Amino acid sequence: MLRIRNLESGYGRLKVLRKLSLHVKQGEVVTIIGANGAGKTTLLNTLAGLLRIWSGEVLFDGKDLMGIPSEKRVFMGAVLVPEGRQVFRTMSVEENLILGGVPLQKKEGRNALMEELEHVYSLFPILRERKDQFAGTLSGGEQQMLAIGRALMSRPSLIMMDEPSMGLAPLIVKDIFSIIEKLRDEGKTVLLVEQNARAALGIADRGYVLETGRIILQGDAEDLLANRDVQRAYLGKDLDVEV
Amino acid sequence: MSLELLLQYIVAGLTYGIIYAIVAIGFNIIYNTTGIINFAQGEFVMLGGMIAVSFNAFLPLPLAILGAVIITMITGALMDIIFIRWLRSPSVLRMIIITIGLSILIREVALHIWGESVRALPYFTGNEITSLSFGGVRVSPQVLWTVGVCSVMVAGLSLFFRYTMVGRKMRATSDNRNAALLCGISTGNMVTLSFVLSAGIGAVAGCVVSPITYTQYNIGTGLAIKGFTVAILGGLGSSVGAVVGGLILGILESFSIWVLPAAYKDAIAIAILLLILFLKPSGLFGKSDVMALKEF
Repeated sequence: MLRIRNLESGYGRLKVLRKLSLHVKQGEVVTIIGANGAGKTTLLNTLAGLLRIWSGEVLFDGKDLMGIPSEKRVFMGAVLVPEGRQVFRTMSVEENLILGGVPLQKKEGRNALMEELEHVYSLFPILRERKDQFAGTLSGGEQQMLAIGRALMSRPSLIMMDEPSMGLAPLIVKDIFSIIEKLRDEGKTVLLVEQNARAALGIADRGYVLETGRIILQGDAEDLLANRDVQRAYLGKDLDVEV
Repeated sequence: MSLELLLQYIVAGLTYGIIYAIVAIGFNIIYNTTGIINFAQGEFVMLGGMIAVSFNAFLPLPLAILGAVIITMITGALMDIIFIRWLRSPSVLRMIIITIGLSILIREVALHIWGESVRALPYFTGNEITSLSFGGVRVSPQVLWTVGVCSVMVAGLSLFFRYTMVGRKMRATSDNRNAALLCGISTGNMVTLSFVLSAGIGAVAGCVVSPITYTQYNIGTGLAIKGFTVAILGGLGSSVGAVVGGLILGILESFSIWVLPAAYKDAIAIAILLLILFLKPSGLFGKSDVMALKEF
């Protein structure tokens, strides 16, 4: 579904991603973990088209994404839930969702849009309760649900999520992760970027560890969870004491 | 001052005020999607009136107005496509200076085509001396045309932004441009559309008001200053603010003639602009927390 080879990208003249390669298969939940500044957000923004691909190859459904603008990538089925929610704060919850469904409406008509709206409301009942409220008045967790719901409205084949748990209370984080599990069970393909490595690896099929713009480790999620280096660096286990 | 005279001043103020409001709304539409003040906004009003007068020489009035509005809209679209769209994340200051340059360009081209003569469309109904009487207040039918057409445009715009998909996409673009891109909205096209809309309403206003105020190649500058004052007074980006601000400025100007020499009329706008910038830069209806996030 998604295959990245030797991708390089960054901001201005600052190169952040160095020869990065990874792939995501249909129906998989793949997570990318790493510390602040490792390049996780840069990677997703490059995939979404907000940043330019400097070199390397990004194939999505067999098509090269080089030079394709952001809005076209959404039509192709790759959608990003951006870091920090980024809902349309001055618009109502329902308007946010409808705007997320613009590509779906263009491709399959208004009925498909209304069906998907129902589907999203059934995933997030709280959004139905709040549908006429301004998105800016929602709590952090509700805004995150709205951001995910808005992305789902286009019926994407690949959902990329950037730090969906950032800045949320532990109880809400649990909700968000159970939603991602639900998406996995529906057969959606998810590329999840997280600092909360334990929770992310807990629901993912496979994972990559990103450090200073390079993939330094990859494997099945369980193996990564059991890996001593990962445990020390990202899961906060003090192995010396344990031993 | 008698009641009739008072009302007469108010009617005159409303006529100018609604035109200022339309110019201010034109500023707001472009400001909301791009964050820039388009100082060529007054030129749209001038172009609308001037082109319509030229067309009216060989076309019936409605067709002449239609043609003028379409040509002005195309001018607006070209402004964005040729001069603004291809700039990759330019600074706000740079874009504003581009629009000032464009306003000078349009003005000089207009001077070349039409010369310095003052023109006007014929009155839509009746003529210069036709007037309707409302309880002693005499009102030209053209004033009703102006206030009516402009009110319909304001109402139409607010329905357009609230209930149509394109309107929502434009609001989404102004709310959060990156998020709009991520929803598959072509934000570049939305910006072009905002220029087209601003040009269109400016041109319509320029046509309906020209029989009363007359039009000339250089009226754009004054209108831009007053429209800008109104936009700031009402709060940048607020349509309600633009209408209220426009009416306040129009009526104040109209009453100023009663207490001050007429030559001071144009100073009112500048005085208000300075006062509001000193006292409440966010304007009457602007939100100060939103203003704090803006770049200037």
